[in-house]
Amino acid sequence: MIKDFKYLAPKTLKEALTLLDKYQDDCKVIAGGQSLLVLMRQGLVTPKYLIDIKGLSELSYIKSDTKGGLKIGALTTHREIEKSPKMRDGFVVLAEMENRLASIQTRNWGTIGGNLCHADPAGDPAPVLVALNAALRMASLNGERTMPVEDFCLDYFETALEHNELLTEIQVPAIPPYTGAAYTKFNVIESDLATVGVAVSVTLRSDDGICQDVRIALGAAAPTPIRAKKAEAVLRGKKITNNLIKEAGEIASTEAEPISDIYASAEYRRELIKVLVKRVGKEALARAKQA
Amino acid sequence: MKKELRLTVNGQPYELYIKPKTLLVEALRDQLGLTGTKRGCNESACGACTVILNGMAVKSCSILALQADGGEVLTVEGLARGTELHPLQKAFLDYGAFQCGFCTPGMLMSATALLDENPKPTKEQIKEGIDGNICRCTGYNSIIRAVTAVVKGEYKEEK
Repeated sequence: MIKDFKYLAPKTLKEALTLLDKYQDDCKVIAGGQSLLVLMRQGLVTPKYLIDIKGLSELSYIKSDTKGGLKIGALTTHREIEKSPKMRDGFVVLAEMENRLASIQTRNWGTIGGNLCHADPAGDPAPVLVALNAALRMASLNGERTMPVEDFCLDYFETALEHNELLTEIQVPAIPPYTGAAYTKFNVIESDLATVGVAVSVTLRSDDGICQDVRIALGAAAPTPIRAKKAEAVLRGKKITNNLIKEAGEIASTEAEPISDIYASAEYRRELIKVLVKRVGKEALARAKQA
Repeated sequence: MKKELRLTVNGQPYELYIKPKTLLVEALRDQLGLTGTKRGCNESACGACTVILNGMAVKSCSILALQADGGEVLTVEGLARGTELHPLQKAFLDYGAFQCGFCTPGMLMSATALLDENPKPTKEQIKEGIDGNICRCTGYNSIIRAVTAVVKGEYKEEK
């Protein structure tokens, strides 16, 4: 049973920030509410004021920036990203990730910003955005700041947002040449969250195909989405072979701190990380070679 | 404090006064008496509460009714034209695409949204279109057969 709250629906970002500044800890922001309403129904979240920003159309957009990157408004729905013609070439991994996020119904109403702010470590967008080295723009009445997606999650369901701050934009930098990225997750039912999710981005040097840069991001493998930096170090500066990718997977599984829950034991999750890093790494490499 | 909510449901405009915590499924069932939309898991997993809001399939148990303010909702009650069933409804009957019937309204709404967006889906796309809806009786094959029959034009909608 949801506890009663006072409902506020600001018409502009400025109005939303003013309300947020006024109510701070007493309020909660709702976007699509696809995660929040479940928590409110369970009585885990009981705000006095609910600030509904779903109607702020100024935060719903997908734009290309001048350098070939993407700017995605925080209130863009998952389905809009999945279907956007801008999700081509190196960005196609974003559409592929969205296509596997929950169900069509949830994607139609849920927003990418809401998903990130919910900060469930099993969420799909964060690992992909970490692999793509994306940044987040946040606003408050005091001004704006940006930070890498990688630094945004602090703990289970906890983000770096201040109480008077709102996530406004996701900034995905241009994909460098000879780069490939891929994502997959393991789940039993297609519309479930990830038991483990893995995103990999690989950039090759044009002349000799040496791995110039690599980012391996893991979901549902720790209290927050994490980068498997030791595994990345195995690949960086080398000619990537199947054996090397296998080794990276093994190392990534030791970097993770998975939990046991009803979906999988920690041990099983570690095994999944080994397999998925190998699988996704190979896919990202193949894409980089074609890019 | 109650808030005003304006909704068009199945072409009919309504004005309601509801508590802000009212979910869309509660407004439809408890306030408007449209009990075709089912309340299943109540946590966005089963899809029994699927309705079409502003042209999109959504789970009405996971949307505050106030978030649909000013919107247009289509529920299972709005599919038939008078006594003439919707092609999907006819196909569901003929292909035995339900047993207990609890998931059926949600399945029909997801299938309707799918065909509105893509009138010629492949079998894989039909599966994807209903993957947010759980059926615990039929095993889905008969549902996929029914939707396929409509796609193949076995049930032309009479104008």
